Amino acid sequence: MTSQRVSPTRTHSGWKWSLPTGARRHYLVLAVVLAVMALLPLVVSESALPVVIRTLIYALMAVGWNLMSGYGGMFSFGHAAFFGVGAYTNAYLLTAFGISPWIGMIAGAALSAGIGVLIAYLCLKYKLAGSYFALATFAFAQMFLFLTFNLEFLNKSEGINIPLLSEESWIMMQFDQGSFQYYWIPLVLLGAAVSVSIGFVYSRSGQFAQAIRDDSTAAESLGIKVMKYRLIPVALSCAITAIAGSYYTQYYLFIGPEQAFGLHASTDAIIPAVIGGIGTIWGPLIGAAVVGPLSTIVAGFMRNPPPFLEFLQGTSGLDVAIYAILLIVIVVFLPKGIYGTIREWIRK
Amino acid sequence: MNVDASSRVEADSAPKKRWNLFQTGRGRMLLVMLAATVFGIAAVYLFGEKDSALVTQTVVTGLLLGGVYVLVSLGLTLIFGVLGIVNFAHGAMLTMAMYLVYFMVSSTGINPYIAVALTAPIMFGFGWLVQSTLMNRLTSDVGHARPLLVTLGLALLITNTLLMIFGGRPQSVPSPYAGSVQILGALADVPRIIAFLGAVAVAAGLIVILRKSPLGLSIRAVAANDMGASLVGVNVKRIYAMTFGLGAASVGVAGGLLAPLTSLVPSVGDQFTAIAFVIVVLGGLDSIPGALIGGVFIGLLQSVGSLFLPGSGSLLLVFAMFVLVLFLRPQGLFGAKQ
Repeated sequence: MTSQRVSPTRTHSGWKWSLPTGARRHYLVLAVVLAVMALLPLVVSESALPVVIRTLIYALMAVGWNLMSGYGGMFSFGHAAFFGVGAYTNAYLLTAFGISPWIGMIAGAALSAGIGVLIAYLCLKYKLAGSYFALATFAFAQMFLFLTFNLEFLNKSEGINIPLLSEESWIMMQFDQGSFQYYWIPLVLLGAAVSVSIGFVYSRSGQFAQAIRDDSTAAESLGIKVMKYRLIPVALSCAITAIAGSYYTQYYLFIGPEQAFGLHASTDAIIPAVIGGIGTIWGPLIGAAVVGPLSTIVAGFMRNPPPFLEFLQGTSGLDVAIYAILLIVIVVFLPKGIYGTIREWIRK
Repeated sequence: MNVDASSRVEADSAPKKRWNLFQTGRGRMLLVMLAATVFGIAAVYLFGEKDSALVTQTVVTGLLLGGVYVLVSLGLTLIFGVLGIVNFAHGAMLTMAMYLVYFMVSSTGINPYIAVALTAPIMFGFGWLVQSTLMNRLTSDVGHARPLLVTLGLALLITNTLLMIFGGRPQSVPSPYAGSVQILGALADVPRIIAFLGAVAVAAGLIVILRKSPLGLSIRAVAANDMGASLVGVNVKRIYAMTFGLGAASVGVAGGLLAPLTSLVPSVGDQFTAIAFVIVVLGGLDSIPGALIGGVFIGLLQSVGSLFLPGSGSLLLVFAMFVLVLFLRPQGLFGAKQ
């Protein structure tokens, strides 16, 4: 499961940066991708914008999940917990105290990172690994779900509505419907999250985390503090996923227990990363780009189906069924995901 | 691939030794659990400040709910306990069995309990197919994540295929034995009693298959040490497929017996996936008696807990219990010490 390695830094006189070449290449690609994507709303139709925004939220969640589970090697099946904590922290601070969602976002990320570190610490302390780690994280997400259903101050099963403002406000992160700001904000957040990923993966602690993932006994015998370097990617991962949650609340102006802590919130973080490629920088983004628009494309296709598929007209569930088949096929036949497999071909 | 493979051999190779309740870990746990249950229920009667008829009703409801849970988790005991697959499609497979029964009953009008006998072999075939076409490609892989992801995909696929075929409108399978009887002054639904008895029967059947049949011997051998089993001539992949099939057949029986109890929608089984994991881990991975006791215990905990924590609060209790077991006794209450 080894992924990117640090190439030896070139001491070539032409290079001024001390960044590893791999990281520098990734940052360059990121800059180009962001620049191209920033112009996207000028090209796509207004009705496609919500789909693109949803895709960005998936991508943000998947980038977060990938740090803990792909690079950290701790398979989380409960990222809904962190997504939901971010979403509810923002919603609660805003509705109860009128606090700006920007601050709510940071508070949610910090709280979520704290909770994530605590959960991961307990799981690692009691030596849960593999399936057991996944089940424990899943159980925590379920506990948050049932807790929210019973907490009066979070409005129980009703959820929290974000009050609609009469005019646009940067501070309260509200704009006219269809404003491009709703697209550019998550794009910037995603860019930041990917930069953090690249920075982490090529940093000293990122290298330690990957060494621990590949062989924790060997890493420990080299003097790496295993617990510490396992918890760093967890904290980053939970914070990024929480930011996706906060933005989700802000964009849809509503959060309920099922949206926040339901099983699908966990799988929405996992599946794009798996389809794109676990433990790679670009995998989660590519996976999100495949998964995000899928249901809209399928729905559009089924409005005028070819004759042999007409019997499916008017049924629901086809989009998720296709996405499920895609997931199974990729996991069974392309375990490295789309990006991972392509990268392997190129390297050969 | 299995968590307590070596300990299982010891436990199995010493059946002749007298089983002393006070000396083995399992025996002690059983006593502790029984005592905790009895004291818990007694405490609710004495200090719970609830009407005692209401408490009796809750206990009976909890026992019957436990029966339902046992029925659902027996299949997972094989799939997760023996194969080590975190089967997230468990609830979806249950729904699939329920819809199979619904389809047979609504198209031919046969007795739903006869339809169960047809559902079990169909589900066996389905399970066998899943293991031999998909999962067996992954078992050489040490990673646990891939089987989990495949079953997750399978769960989505089954649920949404059912949605496409049957639509989202709730359906029902009428039970020919609808009605209720009095037990200790509490009302008990007859189909639920049948489900409870079915759970005991399936558990007994699985124990007999695992202990007495050549297939069971191979399954236990593969579970204990798959490499060793293949060296002495066991076709490991075939046994994996048979085990998954057997687990799926148990789910088939469960679905058939539960169909008359529920209002059928494509997502009806999802709630059971998590509970089944709780019970299997609680009972100790591959212990069928463990699943039986664990299921009844969780049923009681949820039902009696709901007296004090309304709504989904009692499920919070169930998951808190799960996390505690994972941390403190990951081999399960009735699993042998690693």
